[in-house]
Amino acid sequence: MEQLIIHVLLAAMCVVVVAIAAQRNQFGVVVLFSIYSFLMATVMVALDAVDVAMTEAAVGAGVSTVLLLGALYLTGDTESKPTKRPLAPIAISIAVGCMLAYGMQGLPTFSDPHAPIHSHVAARYLELGPKETGVPNVVTAVLASYRAYDTLGETVVVFTAGVGVIALLGRAAGRLN
Amino acid sequence: MKSNIILRVIAKLLMPFMLIFALYVQFHGDFGPGGGFQAGIIVAGAIVFYGIIFGLSEMQRLMPERVVEIMMALGVLLYALVGLGGVALGGNYLDYFVLHAEPVHGQLRGIFWVEAGVGITVAGVMIKQFYMFAGRSREAEES
Amino acid sequence: MIAITGHLSYWVTIFLMVAGLYLLMVSTNLLKKLVGLAILQSSVYLLYVAPGKLIGGTAPIVADGFTVYSSPLPHVLILTAIVVGVATLALGLALVVRIREAFGGIEEDEILAQVD
Repeated sequence: MEQLIIHVLLAAMCVVVVAIAAQRNQFGVVVLFSIYSFLMATVMVALDAVDVAMTEAAVGAGVSTVLLLGALYLTGDTESKPTKRPLAPIAISIAVGCMLAYGMQGLPTFSDPHAPIHSHVAARYLELGPKETGVPNVVTAVLASYRAYDTLGETVVVFTAGVGVIALLGRAAGRLN
Repeated sequence: MKSNIILRVIAKLLMPFMLIFALYVQFHGDFGPGGGFQAGIIVAGAIVFYGIIFGLSEMQRLMPERVVEIMMALGVLLYALVGLGGVALGGNYLDYFVLHAEPVHGQLRGIFWVEAGVGITVAGVMIKQFYMFAGRSREAEES
Repeated sequence: MIAITGHLSYWVTIFLMVAGLYLLMVSTNLLKKLVGLAILQSSVYLLYVAPGKLIGGTAPIVADGFTVYSSPLPHVLILTAIVVGVATLALGLALVVRIREAFGGIEEDEILAQVD
């Protein structure tokens, strides 16, 4: 039953991506992208990744959609041109897809308890995480305590993005008020 | 949109619930899904929602741009200072178990302040980006 | 025959990755290019999180009564990746806005014709 839900959601995501490729109205593209992010968040819940699902729902379906709509308003474009004779992109895409499919054969099957992802450090974090840090949510414990350096780097990246947007769009040019 | 009474009333009813939910997600990130990033984005979402309904000038009164810019830098500074606090109390950088007499208590304190810093930065950056995109007129000329 | 049901999440990941790459290459509209880039990034999230799932397990929040947990490590990596992805999207959109102001449009062929 769980697998059926996951398969149906993954199929819906593929359908939405095909619709995005075929859509020429820009507003429709932004709305379909928001739908795609919601479906991705639901798939993450079905895959037991609840922290990731909350972040993807907030970021992908929330902030990304607001920023895309803001940029759409500022650029004022509503229709993109139809593509003509995309032979080289199709060939490159199919080649990349075949290489990825060939490399995918060596990956472990879905829900395999002996996959390398469950051995080594993950088992140690699950056992000793709540005892050493006092926090039952192992993802928060790893993010904020065991791998705190990476989270510091990520916070600096978010700050840099804010500073970059300020530098690009300017603080006083063309303000409405 | 503030001339429409339904939108106005609903916005004023929903905003405190959104902000309380953001605080819940921030502080209960230890026991359930959540943490700094999600909480920061929910706070930004609540303030942007207010700005969409009531207009940018009302939003400026609620959250002046200087405050948002200070929030952006304050979170990163808080995170780095927690690390330096570990150094000042005798351990390495970003060591949490020297922050209190018991190591586990020290870990809880460190995680609390670090997640608070992350939440403040993320909220500030998202609100500032909305200000930048929404406050720009369509025919702006560069100076 | 190559395994299908055991590897369905990988097939979908490959399809999303190739679709995002195709959108990135073939769109002349800059906004659609950025959406293709975002789809390419989100396919990588699926690639990382799907192998960590155990059927019959639960979310990696330690509680009484559960013994099997899905692996928490890919969740941590992907949390960082999602936030970095939105930072990239914000900077890309700011660039698109500036390009529109400098060149008057966001179709790639019009911009290249003006530059030459």
